[in-house]
Amino acid sequence: MALLKSSKIISTVGVHPPLGVLSIRASSWWSEVQMGPPDPILGVSEAYKRDTNSKKINLGVGAYRDDQGKPYVLSCVRKAEAQIAAKKLDKEYLAIGGLGDFTKACAKLALGDDNEVIKSGRNITVQTISGTGSLRIGANFLSRFHTEARDVYLPKPSWGNHTPIFKDAGMQLKAYTYYDPKTCGFDFQGALNDISKIPEKSVIMLHACAHNPTGVDPRPEQWKEIADLVKKRNLLVFFDMAYQGFASGDIDRDAWAVRYFIEQGHNIVLSQSFAKNMGLYGERVGGFTVVCKDAEEANRVESQLKILIRPIYSNPPMNGARIAATILNTPDLYKEWLGEVHGMANRIITMRELLVANLKKEGSTRNWKHVIDQIGMFCFTGLKPEQVERLTKEFSVYMTKDGRISMAGVTSGNVGYLAQGIHAVTK
Amino acid sequence: MSLLKSSKVISSIGTFSPSLGVLSTRNSSWWGGVQMGPPDPILGVSEAFKRDTSPKKMNLGVGAYRDDHGKPFVLDCVRKAEALIASKQLDKEYLAIGGLGDFTKSCALLALGADSEVLKSGRNITVQTISGTGSLCVGANFLSRFHSASCDVYLPKPSWGNHTPIFRDAGMQLKAYRYYDPSTCGFDFSGALDDISKMPEKSVIMLHACAHNPTGVDPKPEQWKEIADLVKKRDLLVFFDMAYQGFASGDIDRDAWAVRHFIEQGHNIVLSQSFAKNMGLYGERVGGFTVVCNDAEEAKRVESQLKILIRPIYSNPPMNGARIAATILNTPDLYKIWLEEVHGMANRIIKMREQLAANLKSEGSTHNWQHVIDQIGMFCFTGLKPEQVERLTKEFSVYMTKDGRISMAGVTSGNVGYLAHGIHAVTK
Repeated sequence: MALLKSSKIISTVGVHPPLGVLSIRASSWWSEVQMGPPDPILGVSEAYKRDTNSKKINLGVGAYRDDQGKPYVLSCVRKAEAQIAAKKLDKEYLAIGGLGDFTKACAKLALGDDNEVIKSGRNITVQTISGTGSLRIGANFLSRFHTEARDVYLPKPSWGNHTPIFKDAGMQLKAYTYYDPKTCGFDFQGALNDISKIPEKSVIMLHACAHNPTGVDPRPEQWKEIADLVKKRNLLVFFDMAYQGFASGDIDRDAWAVRYFIEQGHNIVLSQSFAKNMGLYGERVGGFTVVCKDAEEANRVESQLKILIRPIYSNPPMNGARIAATILNTPDLYKEWLGEVHGMANRIITMRELLVANLKKEGSTRNWKHVIDQIGMFCFTGLKPEQVERLTKEFSVYMTKDGRISMAGVTSGNVGYLAQGIHAVTK
Repeated sequence: MSLLKSSKVISSIGTFSPSLGVLSTRNSSWWGGVQMGPPDPILGVSEAFKRDTSPKKMNLGVGAYRDDHGKPFVLDCVRKAEALIASKQLDKEYLAIGGLGDFTKSCALLALGADSEVLKSGRNITVQTISGTGSLCVGANFLSRFHSASCDVYLPKPSWGNHTPIFRDAGMQLKAYRYYDPSTCGFDFSGALDDISKMPEKSVIMLHACAHNPTGVDPKPEQWKEIADLVKKRDLLVFFDMAYQGFASGDIDRDAWAVRHFIEQGHNIVLSQSFAKNMGLYGERVGGFTVVCNDAEEAKRVESQLKILIRPIYSNPPMNGARIAATILNTPDLYKIWLEEVHGMANRIIKMREQLAANLKSEGSTHNWQHVIDQIGMFCFTGLKPEQVERLTKEFSVYMTKDGRISMAGVTSGNVGYLAHGIHAVTK
């Protein structure tokens, strides 16, 4: 039957089939659906692709690159994949809460092998669809069961996706002072001041390490004061740990804040991602943990997490979890992984140092210490929107308008050119 | 610092011993009000099965295909695709929010057919999803946000258990239309038409494209045509759930016939697809969600909003299963093998149905077991009552859900005789 593309026709009961077809074809369920705003970060990548300048640099990318600017699949991952392939495992559904070998190891990685929480079985850890999936499960769980407060306090600024995650889950977004643009560092007093006013039982989101997007982390003494104040205010702590190992190069050091809070008696909720530290980006590997009062409570919470997860995706994807579990549970591979994570973190740190050294060499008199002090994949340069625009237009250096650059996109081959450009727009 | 397990201590402002502060928080709890949730009915069946020590025990609750030895089956084309993919040493960079392009294109092509006018005019948007559940969840949320004309979703009675919380958690209201006729163990066609004729305009109607879950009862083509007509007259938004394409009749195009007929008739449907069963990719979580739009411009607008919806749920979908499915769908040799394997799985199920009915006859049963053969797909609504199900489980160690549903996938040539024996015993 040929379908004619014609104008609207009033449908009538008992109508000749092609006319009936016309009346439906021209009507539409979705005519009111507006074109959504373009994704800001994707926009950067798309503009980068179109640029024909051979010296172009993409500093919007939120994924690690090696010193040749190429995506990096970890050797321990390749080995784990080979091991898994050799076993010829089936593809039966995982449990709703995911692969047990993965969730156990995931919790141990975050909390430490000897952690009292794990020993007493008072955590429930479920496998999730990477960090985003973990945050969303957490947000939905809070929305449904943390009835005392609707408010989630994010640091200012925070990862862009935190906002719609909590909003779509039905929570209200608020913020506390965090980044100090004057110093390109941590506004500790501002943060304490705001936290002291947060209503009891509100949820406070803390980035465990390598704050995204600023790269600015509290120092241990500052974390201690924050933990104290948060306890006094009786706030529910939600830790987002997307970069464990990737920040300092040391797994335990990057998890210090999380473990400290737990030791201090905070029954936290925690999101973990293995996208960056294991390079498992597209495999979508993550975990969501609720630290409960005791094992009995953990069982109740687990039952409700499953009820929440089942109508979203039933059970999580197996492949990435098998890889992560194999690495975490095989001593040789675990050792190799620690070495590779350390290597990635080191390359980033080296690029930070090279960038600052090159800026000095260019003759810049500005204080660029924050480039070295900040930690993790991102660096809040302090560049203003106009300077960012010039950097992009004149030098084909692509980054987000807020002056954030991904250090992962910097290589020993392009750091000199980058310094040149930054100096040119800031002198 | 040792943590004392002691009773509550009133916390006070101002400094105090850290261990006391620890106590006051340790014994307090955020989750004191969280109730233990009801156990999953189907999981309960599997758990009871595991505990049973009878060597003749059968698990007919399982919603996954089993071969004739009762073992999970990984398709040969899947293994070949995996080897191909492994040899390419691909990276693990994020997929786009909407998923792997090679997958979504071939996913839509599989459902709609090569000569689909929809595909030619680019008026569909198809995104990769976390299998069928993920697809339904994205769809339910999209409807909830953008189909402001109605909050009501009409499910067939009965429907897959998870449909209800999916739509409810997305903010839709659940309603039902008659579907299964317990007196015939077949389709209540006039009951369905009657209920559909009363649905308020612009409501959402959920249709199972083939191999209705849990009953195995599908409308015949002439019945589908009347349903399509009536749904058009009522101006309803059609949501097709196609979780078993190829797995029902053994023929990909035949199983997609209803979906394609509705589209040809001018219904701009939304469609969920799963590759869990037909490609055996269960735990890899491979699926698709399609919106058939007015034109390509509308498809772009819808796509932008789907991405905005998906990003705060999981950012972008898992790559592995989609790469496998795309490789199979886009590699002629593998596609051919796949069609045969899907046909093989469907055939084994059909044979088990025939053998079960035959064995029941030879046991001496005088009941009409025609429905066991007429029903299609993985599941069979036996017509057994709860008390009979209970006896079957207690006396014969045959495990199934209380509604009398059995998974034909759990039946083998080795156990079909025993199953018939048990069913006859509790129904004679």
